[in-house]
Amino acid sequence: MAQPEPKIIFRHVNKIFGEGPGAFQAVKDFSLDIAEGEIVTVVGPSGCGKSTVMNIAAGLIPLTDGECLVHGREVKGPGPDRGVIFQQYALFPWLTVRKNVEFGLKLKGIKPEERRTLAEHYIEMVGLSDFADSLPKMLSGGMKQRCAIARAYAVDPEVLLMDEPFGALDALTRVRLQEQLLETWSQDKRTIMFITHDVDEAVYLANRVIVMAARPGRLSKIIKVNLPYPRTDEIRLSEEFIRIRNEVWRGVYSRGADAA
Amino acid sequence: MTKTDKNKRSIFVRMDKLATIGLGIISFILGIGLWWFATYVGSTNLPSPIDVVIRCFELAGNGQLFVDIFASMRRVLIGFLLGVSIAVPIGFLMGWYRLARGLIEPWIQFFRVIPPLAIIPLAIVTMGIDETPKIFVIFLAAFLSSVVATFQGVVNVDRTYINAARVLGASDWVIFRSVVVPASTPFILVGFRIGLGSAWATVVAAELIAAQSGLGFRMQQAQLYYDLPTIFVSLVAIGILGLIMDRLVGRADEYLTRWQEKGTA
Repeated sequence: MAQPEPKIIFRHVNKIFGEGPGAFQAVKDFSLDIAEGEIVTVVGPSGCGKSTVMNIAAGLIPLTDGECLVHGREVKGPGPDRGVIFQQYALFPWLTVRKNVEFGLKLKGIKPEERRTLAEHYIEMVGLSDFADSLPKMLSGGMKQRCAIARAYAVDPEVLLMDEPFGALDALTRVRLQEQLLETWSQDKRTIMFITHDVDEAVYLANRVIVMAARPGRLSKIIKVNLPYPRTDEIRLSEEFIRIRNEVWRGVYSRGADAA
Repeated sequence: MTKTDKNKRSIFVRMDKLATIGLGIISFILGIGLWWFATYVGSTNLPSPIDVVIRCFELAGNGQLFVDIFASMRRVLIGFLLGVSIAVPIGFLMGWYRLARGLIEPWIQFFRVIPPLAIIPLAIVTMGIDETPKIFVIFLAAFLSSVVATFQGVVNVDRTYINAARVLGASDWVIFRSVVVPASTPFILVGFRIGLGSAWATVVAAELIAAQSGLGFRMQQAQLYYDLPTIFVSLVAIGILGLIMDRLVGRADEYLTRWQEKGTA
């Protein structure tokens, strides 16, 4: 039987910002297939184009040439089939947690009662029930990001694109949110593309870690993470984890990876 | 933080507030006292506070004060409301469409540097001497400050909010209505506040130049008769009304932008 079609496909994607002598090649010849239900993390030094690649899949940045397909459809712009979670949370500060989560549901034309029920479900999923009617300014960073995650899940996207979502959080909160993300994933097996600069995070979450290099931004290495789910604390401390972690680390930080 | 800490803190805050109010009252009494003393010993030919209070009661008693206040307020409110109700849509248009911005902005930038009062001679010649020219210059004052603020507000909307709305499936119109409008509200309200202040300044000045009623007109008349207490009453009324209007817009601002994270941004 034929392999199922990958959920996210990048084919020879190039992205050049600007024109003429000031032009800057952010991504060069990036090709990657992400399978349905897979968690792929992307790491690399700043300026390696990892966020650009994700934004191309999100439809927020048009590619210069090449092809990007999500669920077999060419990406032409943003849409609710691809949930995006931003590092800066991007909650609407003038809306309560509940209204933020309902925002996408409203756009989908879901009726108010159903909207409320769905929103309640996802707010509960991220543990914010007590804060459903609070404004974002009342929430901590971790709570804000949980709210953003609930908002993204609420519209039931086919894939989740996460751009350093836990980057601004303290270490403990970050680990908690990683665990919660995996727990949710183990139930719904949603395809996740996760951008991070944290090597531990990349290895802990992923089926595969994509290492990118800078100047020009490109794919430099794909490292398979042969660790079982659920990822327990023992796995996090296991020799195999540390071995993979070191391999990723060398991939990101070795001079070789940076040379053009 | 423990609960007692919090209580202690709120007591300090309250005491702080009381102290501020107390100092304000003391300063006010001292100032009036000084004024009274200066007139009592005859070191100035200004009217004493008592003369001013008496005149205030006279003017209030025969209704003159309220007629003047009403005339000035009416001009300010009509001019201001007209100004902002045209400024906001135009500001949005300029912020949202490059074409509108390119066409309108040069005019706004040019007229912005002309004090609205400088338009009065032109307005009187072309619009006559009734209410129209006065309301027009007030309209202009309110319009110019609000249109720039609205436009700045739209331009400054955080891209992340727009992107967050787009990835949830929002169309341009939804983004405008549900993101751009609320996100630019703080800017617009600052514009309103400045606009109202400048409208108030303009009405008084306009009345000094050409009017048959209003607080500015009353002062101008009093000037002819060397009637200093009336000038004082008018000035105090202008100050108090200006303060009240500013506070009202300030309160509306606080309410409408209560979602803002203050101090950390």
